[in-house]
Amino acid sequence: MTTLRRLVGLAGVPAGRLATALLLGVCALAFAVALMTSAGYLISRAAEQPPILSLTVAIVAVRFFGLARPVARYFERLASHDHALRSLGRIRGRFYARIEPLAPTELESFRRGELLGRMVDDVDALQGLFVRALGPPLVALVVAAGCVAVTAVFSPDAAVALAVGLLVGGVAVPALSSLVVGRAARRQAPARAELTAELVEAIRGADELAVYGRRDEIRSRVGRRSRELARLGRRDALATGLGDALAILVAGLTVAAVLAIVITEREAGLLDPVLVATLALLALASFDAVTPLPGAGRELSRTLVSGRRVLDLIDREPTIVDPAEPVPRPPAHAPIELERVIARYPGQPTSALSRLSLRLEPGERVALLGPAGSGKTTVTKLLLRFLDPVAGRVTVAGRDVREYRQSDVRRTFALAGQDSHVFHATIRANLALARPDATEADLWHALDRARLGDWVASLPGGLDTLVGEEGTELSGGERQRLTVARALLADSPVLLLDEPTAHLDAETAEELVRDVFTATRGKTVLLITHRPEGLELADRVLELPAA
Amino acid sequence: MLVADAVLGVVAALLVLAQAVLLARVAARSFDGVELSVIWPSIALFAAATFGRAAAAWGFEVVGRRAATDVLAELRLEVVDGDLDAESSADVATLAVGGVDALETSFARYLPQVVLALVVPLAVLTLVAAIDPVSAGIMLLTLPLVPVFMWLVGRSTARRAQERWRALSILATHFLDVVRGLPTLRAFNRSEAQVERIADVSDRYRVATMGTLRVAFLSSAVLELAATLGIALVAVTVGVRLVDGGIGFESALVVLVLAPELYLPLRNLAAQFHASADGRAVAERLLELADRRREAAQGTLSPPRASEVVVRLDGVSVTYPSRPTAALADVDLELLPGETVALVGESGAGKSTLAALLLGLVTPDAGVVSVGGLDLSECDLEAWRARLAWVPQRPTLFRGTIADNIRLGDPGAAIARVRDAAELAGVCRFVEALPDGYETIVGDGGRPVSAGQLQRIALARAFLRDADLAILDEPTANLDPASVELVLDAIEAARSELTILLITHDALLASVADRVVRLERGRVVRLTVEAA
Repeated sequence: MTTLRRLVGLAGVPAGRLATALLLGVCALAFAVALMTSAGYLISRAAEQPPILSLTVAIVAVRFFGLARPVARYFERLASHDHALRSLGRIRGRFYARIEPLAPTELESFRRGELLGRMVDDVDALQGLFVRALGPPLVALVVAAGCVAVTAVFSPDAAVALAVGLLVGGVAVPALSSLVVGRAARRQAPARAELTAELVEAIRGADELAVYGRRDEIRSRVGRRSRELARLGRRDALATGLGDALAILVAGLTVAAVLAIVITEREAGLLDPVLVATLALLALASFDAVTPLPGAGRELSRTLVSGRRVLDLIDREPTIVDPAEPVPRPPAHAPIELERVIARYPGQPTSALSRLSLRLEPGERVALLGPAGSGKTTVTKLLLRFLDPVAGRVTVAGRDVREYRQSDVRRTFALAGQDSHVFHATIRANLALARPDATEADLWHALDRARLGDWVASLPGGLDTLVGEEGTELSGGERQRLTVARALLADSPVLLLDEPTAHLDAETAEELVRDVFTATRGKTVLLITHRPEGLELADRVLELPAA
Repeated sequence: MLVADAVLGVVAALLVLAQAVLLARVAARSFDGVELSVIWPSIALFAAATFGRAAAAWGFEVVGRRAATDVLAELRLEVVDGDLDAESSADVATLAVGGVDALETSFARYLPQVVLALVVPLAVLTLVAAIDPVSAGIMLLTLPLVPVFMWLVGRSTARRAQERWRALSILATHFLDVVRGLPTLRAFNRSEAQVERIADVSDRYRVATMGTLRVAFLSSAVLELAATLGIALVAVTVGVRLVDGGIGFESALVVLVLAPELYLPLRNLAAQFHASADGRAVAERLLELADRRREAAQGTLSPPRASEVVVRLDGVSVTYPSRPTAALADVDLELLPGETVALVGESGAGKSTLAALLLGLVTPDAGVVSVGGLDLSECDLEAWRARLAWVPQRPTLFRGTIADNIRLGDPGAAIARVRDAAELAGVCRFVEALPDGYETIVGDGGRPVSAGQLQRIALARAFLRDADLAILDEPTANLDPASVELVLDAIEAARSELTILLITHDALLASVADRVVRLERGRVVRLTVEAA
């Protein structure tokens, strides 16, 4: 129940739109029942061969319901889809806002494939919470109560039979169905995530698998996962099919019972003969109200399974937070210092850095050299406050970075590195990220300084060329230089370059480093590298010992 | 299976007709004053028909799904076989998992529904015509409207569904891309601005979808109107004729109860058609992907060993469909047995394409790649690749242990050989310092591995291979000088036994080669022959 309440909060949209959608749903359903009932009354009454004028009201009613039903249904469908899509936007936004402070350190442990499964399937599943899972029961309740009430006016006994039938068909059957299906959905979700992860890997590593002759193996692994999912799907079918069958059974038996009751009452002279067929048709049509309920129950249990996983992720509290009373942002030209820092990643047994001390004076250019695994990248994470030290402290302008707002700390630095993400967007969008208000000239200037200007100018699409998922349309060197150009565009006081010359030949690497150092005269630069190029340009070279 | 499914569906539908007739009979007789004691067998029959219907409906659902799931599991495999390089992995995975499920719905429901839509209206019409030809005439007049509107529904939804799926997968990639790039966004203080952007993209998606739905729903609303108006029309005319005595009460009731059943299968079909439009759009994209199969080994010739014969490229050109200029243009190159050749050049000069040619991952648009005089495209690619070692520029780390990752090229290799390969690649110190050593789980969700370590693991993979030709694509790009030395030593130790193609930016690495070949914009520009 708490899960449901929290999901409602997460997906919440203006109540007005929801009320409109539900009201239209009630109308559409009620008109369908009324059409059959009024037609039944019309025919029964006509069979008594009264003057034709006395049938006028019934005839008008039949025609009205015949016309109004499709109109109400049309607007109901539009309103409910609109509602679901609005929910989707909100859920995605809120979900993102919650996980944003967790990145990157606390999201590290999520598999890419599984994370994808969560985002796209789970978050999207929540869009139907109101209109597909919670709405139909409400609409059914209103319409079914109306049917029972109308029946009760003429035959309380038949009303009781109808009420019992509707309750069993509308509550017991869907509950049973959703119980069985819920279990299947819980089994299916991990199988689905597993299959996605397997597929992502098979596609990403396709070439290596082909060359190393492992394609058939991964193919059979995907096949196994796929068949496993299919097997679970079949079990699901057994349960959903049973729900439909039970619903048909309950409806048929209820109509039979109502028939028996009204015929008995008519024999006893307690009921107008005209009402025998009318009430039987009302009972028959009223089950239209509960027909969507097993589907809604299934939708609800699926949504809850997905929702629980979404909430699970949302509930993680970020460990890195702004202080209650942040100090004013540091001056642009400030010394940066690591003081006897010990750093460890969450869940890792060993330290990534132990007792590192490092000081960057304003305007100084320092190269940090060290073998792989010596913790060079950890230094950038500490400076950007993606990771807090276990012991020791990181200071900007003499104050611990934990005293500042995170955004003020990060504004001090611009990072270009091996882990920098290149977005599946245009070159322009990838650059503008660093400075949204940058002019066209600013963009070209940054590209030129990263020695990428000529290349971009030679592209048919220019700045509007798409770079592909994770920049796959670019070569390693182009990617690298794009991230450098982005960092230069940011125009922050301190430039952090994490292995900017990987994938570049010695000549280009030296040129790039030289250009960067020239372009950033007066700024602090920390160049993290394992290569010798450009080291002579640094004011100081520090070496990190192996881990 | 599908036939059995349709038969079950038809049985269920015919039982509905039987129920309608029974219901009308019971109500009409009671109206006429017949006692319950006489009527009850009909009520019992009505209840019995209900049981039959329920059983048939259950069978209909289960059989339909079973038929569908098996076919669809195979379809997912087809996707893995397709040439997916150009596609984004997230996009394809979404399609193959979520999309195939959408297909399942259409597959399971749509086809049997078509049979029902043909059989049931015909049965209803025949029955009504026997009872009351006038009503049958009215029904016949309204019925043609249904297929007309269905066609309209189909035409607008099929096209729009295709667009919608594309929009959806772009949106899916956008959202994932943003989440993947979160560290970078945060580093630039731009992550909070993305909340707005996500809302904006979602909103654009909503507006676009609502636009298509307004049209799609309009067609189905008109279709529904034909059905409800048909019922109203039948009810009113029958009612008026009852007053004149033109029709009996029981006949009138049968006709009224049957009227909705005439339109119901057609309306269900339209609804399924709408749902299946999603499914068909998915199916088309999946089949399109599966069709783009890699040009797998058509050849059957057994390739000679690259360490014993000349591997040559003769006037080879390659152009990728997505790029305007040729990746390689008229390239000639010879790799002599046992030779170490360095391939240098700017990023994008075509070096990796040349490697892909030798690996059989790309086929030339013009020219020939040959091994000891045999055209590579006529050779058994499996056998050729079995004697290759390859370190790609951006290696993939697979989910599993480090040992499994090194064993990629030789799954049966003993752990001692894995260790030797790791030592050669300079990754053994890193691995052995881990608590679980070679059994450490890496890849998505496992222990994070840096780019440098990944490169070393890929090198170890190559060293473990018993290869005749090694293709090393920037093997030292992420390595520190000490590790580069190690790689140089390994190359030095192995060079006498195999042919090596070294793709590199590193002058030091290129200097160990017997020969340096320079590529510029897809062409060989300079051949430097140096004394070894």
